[in-house]
Formats: sequence, structure tokens, C-alpha cells
Amino acid sequence: MLEPLKLVVNGERRSLDVEPRTLLVHAIRDGLGLTGAHIGCDTSQCGACTVLLDGRAVKSCNLLALQAEGAKITTIESLASGGELHPIQRSFVENHGLQCGFCTPGLILTAADLLSRDPDPSDETIRHSLRGNLCRCTGYQTIVESIRAAGAEMRGGVGR
Amino acid sequence: MIPAPVRYARATTLEHAFELLAEPDSKVIAGGQSLIPVMKLRIARPSLVVDISQLELRGIDVRGDKLHVGPLTTWDELLEARELERPALAAIAECVRGIGDLQVRNRGTVGGSLAHADPASDMPAVLLALGATLQLRSPEGERDLRLADFLSGPFTTALSAQELITRIVVPLPAPGSGSAYVSVEHPASGFALAGAAALAGPNGSFRVAVTGVAAQPFLLDQDPETTLERVEIFGDRFASADYRRELASVVVRRARESAAARAKEDA
Repeated sequence: MLEPLKLVVNGERRSLDVEPRTLLVHAIRDGLGLTGAHIGCDTSQCGACTVLLDGRAVKSCNLLALQAEGAKITTIESLASGGELHPIQRSFVENHGLQCGFCTPGLILTAADLLSRDPDPSDETIRHSLRGNLCRCTGYQTIVESIRAAGAEMRGGVGR
Repeated sequence: MIPAPVRYARATTLEHAFELLAEPDSKVIAGGQSLIPVMKLRIARPSLVVDISQLELRGIDVRGDKLHVGPLTTWDELLEARELERPALAAIAECVRGIGDLQVRNRGTVGGSLAHADPASDMPAVLLALGATLQLRSPEGERDLRLADFLSGPFTTALSAQELITRIVVPLPAPGSGSAYVSVEHPASGFALAGAAALAGPNGSFRVAVTGVAAQPFLLDQDPETTLERVEIFGDRFASADYRRELASVVVRRARESAAARAKEDA
């Protein structure tokens, strides 16, 4: 049986009907057509499905869609505005923070959560925050550099 | 992986939750960070999940000589709590930092972890060492249970079908106390191969608990070595029983040393 679900996704009110067992990631991808949240491991380890729920990074494959009733969801699709990349997105491009790009939406949203709370994180803090995001291409070094540089840019200063 | 068909209900009050939990195959969900993975694997196939996340069972509060923690408090909220920034309670944040990952800590709750009762989960060891008591509520009324009596085996607790944890109560240690948590984790899963929490009192006393090595986290007697020899330690393909026993004695020693150093800091 389908249940009604109301969400605010990327600033827009959205309503859809879902089976209670539907995971949030499937509601977002199949129900709303936002395919930037990726399904990687599907066992809540890789973090490719990360979205922001009320401003905090969560793994959308590890949450029933109905648990998010009424929540504000931010997906990678809404980060850029008016054709301008978000500073974290730009930083990933400039610092080679991605290769194949599959893990990138999740990493960028995790970084967004981190930088919203700690605008000037140490490298150790950045690495600790990325524990739930797996990348098989980069070796992480350039991702850490991208997040460090994005933090500096967002603080309006220069890199350390 | 998609869970088996299930119904979902959001409890609005404790009484509403009790009514919903009258259904025999129902299951409580809070953050869902332990339950959803086992539902996806179809190890758990509840007929109904009762979402208690909207109940007012959240927050951290010092009342008199006790710390009260709402079971719906997330790991992340524990990390941010100023009330825990004292040497005697340092083990809590030290333990939380190593739990799951940032996304899991944003959703996962301390009460959910206790009720899930994974034999390798970290926080039960800390709360055992701190002497925590759980307040439980059911249609039959309220009862208080020491955490040591609540945990009864792997993924098994004293909770009855319609019972919820409504509060976690930690007696504030005497001035001059310190606590610490030390673990050796499985590098992929992050779960403890062996973890130890220690509370060092001002008079040189210790209370120590161990997780990850036996059917459930447990308190050590005054002589840690003899308890560890007596307890039935399990082994698996990642770590043999002998190796886990050795690791346990190492993390116990380190946790005691670190707790004692923090106790001095507080003196």
C-alpha cells in the first residue's frame, strides 16, 4: 500500500506516494528524478547516496523515505546556482578532487555539512569526516586538499 | 537491496507508541542506523516499524548529581554537548568520535544502540564503566534497570515487547575522577575487536568494562586479568579468541592509564 510523503527538496515542496519500505534514495532518484544521489554499495558504507537532511549529511540508502516526512532535503543538484558552481564544487574541479566522479556528490555534501559547522577544519578533522565516503580513484589526498581550499574560499580568506 | 514489505507508523506520544507496539512483529525505529541495514539484508522482517523519533526523549541535562541523557539523543548531539566536557565523562565523547561515520552519527541514537545490543558496540562499555542505569517505560509502568542487567546477550536485552528506554541516567563521578575509552577496531567495519572503558576514581579505584570480545559487553572484577581469563571470549575469521583476549588486556591497560591521567587533571 502506498503512503503519502511530503518533503521540501532543494527548496521546493514535493509530494509523492511511496511504499513504506521505500528507501529515501529510491524516492529521490525514482520518485523525483534526481539522480545525483548515487547508489554505490547499497549497504550504507560508501556514502555515494549522501544528501543533506535538515542541513546534516545522511546516507539516503539507510533511511526509509517516510522517516524523512516534512524534512528539508538538499541534493547535489541544488548546490550550483545561476550557472555558478558552489565553492566546494569549484574547489573539487580546481584541485583534482575527482576522477570518475561517482563518489563526488556524496563527498561534496559531506564536506558541506563539515564546513557549515567547522569553517576551518584541520586535515585530521577533514579525514575523520570522510570516513563514511569511499573513493576508489583519487587516494583521498586531492579530496582533502579540495575541502581545505573550499573552506578557505568560503571563509573569504586564502589557503593555509 | 530493499527491505521486505512493511508498514510504517509514527508515534506521537509514548502511549501511542505502546499501542502500536502491541502488534507482535512490530519493531521500534529511531535513527534506523542499525535496523535499516538488517532490514535491507532481510535478517529483520518486521510487519510494522514504529517510528519514535518525534517523542520528546532527546537532550542532555545535569540534574543534581546525575547526568540525564534522552535515548533519542544522536551521537552528533553527544559530541556537541558541553555538559560532557569534564575529565570524569571524557570517555563518552572519546567513544562517540569513533562510532560509525559522520553520516551515521548524525542519525544514530544512543538509545537505539543500547536496544540493538550489538556485542561489539562501543558505548555500552562506557556506560557500564560509568555505572549507568536505564529508565524503562511500558504499559505496565516504569522501572529502573542497571545497564549490566539490561544487556543479556548478543542483540538481546531485558526490554519487553512494548517497552521503551525513556532515560539513561549516569551518576556524576566524584570530583577527581577521570574516564577513558580505548579500542582496536576492525579496519573495515569500524566495530571493536576489543574495546575498554575505564573510570578512575579520586582514591585510585577503577571500574572497567570491555566490549567486542564476548557475547555482550561486561564489567571486570577488581582483578582484570582473572576476569578476562574466566570470560568466554569468542573468535572469528578476523581475530582468534586468543588474539582478542590479548587485545582486551592491552586496551584495558591503556584505558586505565588514560583514565587515571585524566583523574589527576581533575584533582
